[in-house]
Amino acid sequence: MAEQAGNGEDDAVAEIEKKIIEAFEVFDHECNQTVDVREIGSIVRSLGCFPTEAELHELLAMVEEEEPTGYIHLEKFLPVMTKVLLDRSYRPIPEDVLLHAFEALDENKCGYITKEKLVKYLTEEGEPFTQEEMEDMLSTALDPETNTVRYRDYISVMTVDET
Amino acid sequence: MGSGSSVNVNYKYSLQKSENAFKAAVLIQRWYRRHVARLEMRRRCTWRIFQSIEYACEQDQIKLHNFFSYLVDHFTPSSSKERDFISRMFISGESFKEAELEKYCDYESMEVPDSYTGPRLSFPLLPDQATALLEAFKQKQQLHPRYVLNLLHETRKHLKQLPNISHVSTCYSEEVTVCGDLHGQLDDLFLIFYKNGLPSPSKSYVFNGDFVDRGKQSLEILIILFTFLLIYPNEVHLNRGNHEDHMVNLRYGFTKEVMQKYKVHGKKILKMIQNVFCWLPLATLIDQKVLIIHGGISDTTDLDVLEKIQRNKFISVLRGKKRKDSNRNVEIQEINRESKTEADPAEKEAAPSLFPQPRPAPAPSMSNRQEFSRWVRQTVQEQIEWCRRLVDISESEEEELTYSSVVSLTDLDGPCRTREEDWKQVLDILWSDPMPQEGCRANTVRGGGCYFGPDVTQKILEKHNLQFLIRSHECKQEGYEFCHSRKVLTIFSASNYYEIGSNRGAYVKLGPDLVPHFVQYQANKTAHTLTMTQRISRVEESAFRALREKLFAHTSALISAFKAYDKDNTGRITLSNWATAVESVLRLGLPWRMLRPQLVRSTVDGMLEYKSWLDDLAMEQRSQEHIQSSLLEVIYRNRSNLETIFRIIDRDHSGLISFEEFHQTWKLFSSHMNIELTDDGINDLVRSIDFNKDGNIDFNEFLEAFRLVKQSQ
Repeated sequence: MAEQAGNGEDDAVAEIEKKIIEAFEVFDHECNQTVDVREIGSIVRSLGCFPTEAELHELLAMVEEEEPTGYIHLEKFLPVMTKVLLDRSYRPIPEDVLLHAFEALDENKCGYITKEKLVKYLTEEGEPFTQEEMEDMLSTALDPETNTVRYRDYISVMTVDET
Repeated sequence: MGSGSSVNVNYKYSLQKSENAFKAAVLIQRWYRRHVARLEMRRRCTWRIFQSIEYACEQDQIKLHNFFSYLVDHFTPSSSKERDFISRMFISGESFKEAELEKYCDYESMEVPDSYTGPRLSFPLLPDQATALLEAFKQKQQLHPRYVLNLLHETRKHLKQLPNISHVSTCYSEEVTVCGDLHGQLDDLFLIFYKNGLPSPSKSYVFNGDFVDRGKQSLEILIILFTFLLIYPNEVHLNRGNHEDHMVNLRYGFTKEVMQKYKVHGKKILKMIQNVFCWLPLATLIDQKVLIIHGGISDTTDLDVLEKIQRNKFISVLRGKKRKDSNRNVEIQEINRESKTEADPAEKEAAPSLFPQPRPAPAPSMSNRQEFSRWVRQTVQEQIEWCRRLVDISESEEEELTYSSVVSLTDLDGPCRTREEDWKQVLDILWSDPMPQEGCRANTVRGGGCYFGPDVTQKILEKHNLQFLIRSHECKQEGYEFCHSRKVLTIFSASNYYEIGSNRGAYVKLGPDLVPHFVQYQANKTAHTLTMTQRISRVEESAFRALREKLFAHTSALISAFKAYDKDNTGRITLSNWATAVESVLRLGLPWRMLRPQLVRSTVDGMLEYKSWLDDLAMEQRSQEHIQSSLLEVIYRNRSNLETIFRIIDRDHSGLISFEEFHQTWKLFSSHMNIELTDDGINDLVRSIDFNKDGNIDFNEFLEAFRLVKQSQ
């Protein structure tokens, strides 16, 4: 069944909605158009957005029920998320910007950050990592011989996977 | 500048610095969390791919029966050879009476040479023999067929005494360990024993079915489990799974494994195993409170009925498809025929069965082709109907006479149950899956059993005063999973089931308080050394390879679907239409837009050039270039069914079928699938394996040629 040729804009919106529904359904375990509120972050991010934790909380406030049940309904999520994608909110972080961020933490500009320093920054500053998140990042980023993170190498390894 | 302003500058500078650090940290964290979320999405999509492909494979059973139906309806054999060939597909293997079985599978006359260095079993078995076996299997040794058969005989003897539902009780200090599907993965069993200890008078185990198929050491697992069963009969309990069924084994690898390991005695061993599987208990009850079954339940499951049925009557639980509009899948399969096959008309035995197998009327002369054809059709049809009547619901209401005759003779008091009802009780226990929605409906994906909802669970718990159910049958990422408000526990013990790193295995321990404690594991060492990203990538690669193969197998259908979106014949379609088209053809229910970046590598102006995309897919199946690609497609799409058909034809499990039979199979299949297949085409196929052993074809090799080689092998 071929789709009718319609307004290009409508098509774009329809396509975005289909994408959102797909991503949502991946986390919809009970097949009843709801997901656990704790999975919303994963859904939003896997749709190509890079929100901060604060921005995520704002979004949640818009999609939660008046009496938060711990579950988010697709009905509420779909329009909000569609707008996010149409507005291109929470833009991706280009590689060079990421590099600058690491360099900002590398005071002496030696090309690496010690484990202690990185842990301190990421678990105490910004929107702090949990211990689990920190350990997971280190498992890939840390060079065990020098106990440092050579961030240029790390970034290139990580961005290979990205599509 | 005065000192005041330099302090200000310093202050500003350090404030700036800490602001920068803050911003940098936020940026890195933001980026990292996105990366993790993307990984999680990829992980889940990969899982979905594996599961949907696995369940789609189970639908092959349905397609297989369609093929058989087609044969009955359309094919007119033109020679007695053809007639034999066809009828062989419908009447599978002979069934044996007790004495015959003992004789056929006799082992006592088998001599074990002095050169044999493997374990020698003597009965009754002792614990040190079990440890000797474990050690031998670790050293990749093989048990002598004499001992295999001996063990199977003793196991059968033991199982016959057991009721349909085993009862286990946790004494004050005792724990029961429940394991799920093992599927021939011996390393997982070793790991379980290593972590949890061997079965012993103070260590009870329940193994919840699906010991065989898929993995390559199914036989070793059976031998070990049966050994422990005989040594510790009070502590070791086995439940039958849906894979403890020779019809399933034909498709999923156990039959092949046995024949490869025991070329001379394999057939006997398989025969014995058939007669051991049917005696496996169907369920286990712990403290009368926890019910353990392999698959699940349905709204008609009744433990009181289950206790009474003659479980050994169901050698295979698979059945064929009803012509009528029904969701039940029925396969033409005779069950425990008491009389000998028609090959021996001179030695007619008094058949205690209610339905003596119809003797074909004498064949008319072959010169009258029409009449001969009709006779053949009739004969085959009669055979099928006879098979059906043994176990099937009648096609119409009028056949009430037949129906009521199938009453179970052993159930003299209480209501008369039909054979059909008994069969359904067993089928539901072995094949059902839980679902989140309420209700109970036929499990059309698997082709047997039901999907049962939380209300069905609740009812059965109340009816029999139970606390919860433990079942297996479905692979779970963490090795176990609760559903129905923790009233149903799925436990799955085959780690890395789809691929290295795909999932953990688990077992559950229950003490007298019946509170479950879980232990998870993963049997492959390399899985531990990989980072999460690497592990996910690896499993993902494997899933996508399988998915691409599936896409290739549907090339023709995909082209038609794409063309429907390309009315102007530009050769391009939008990515959105691509996703819709692919789902309409493959029907796997996958999130194609999420998967697209991995499947479609290049686009032109945001559009996909579909022909070259499909060509790229075909390129991956490089090994069989000389075979016409549409034929290749058919083979890939139907590989599982072809294999099953070959195995059914290969009665003596030699792995060889004659060139004629091979030829015959292809002709029938191609006419059913509506493809042009000339004799030359078939010859090409044969040449693709480049062998011909005395006019016979090793179909294992043939099929291997069309299988993507798994890296882990």
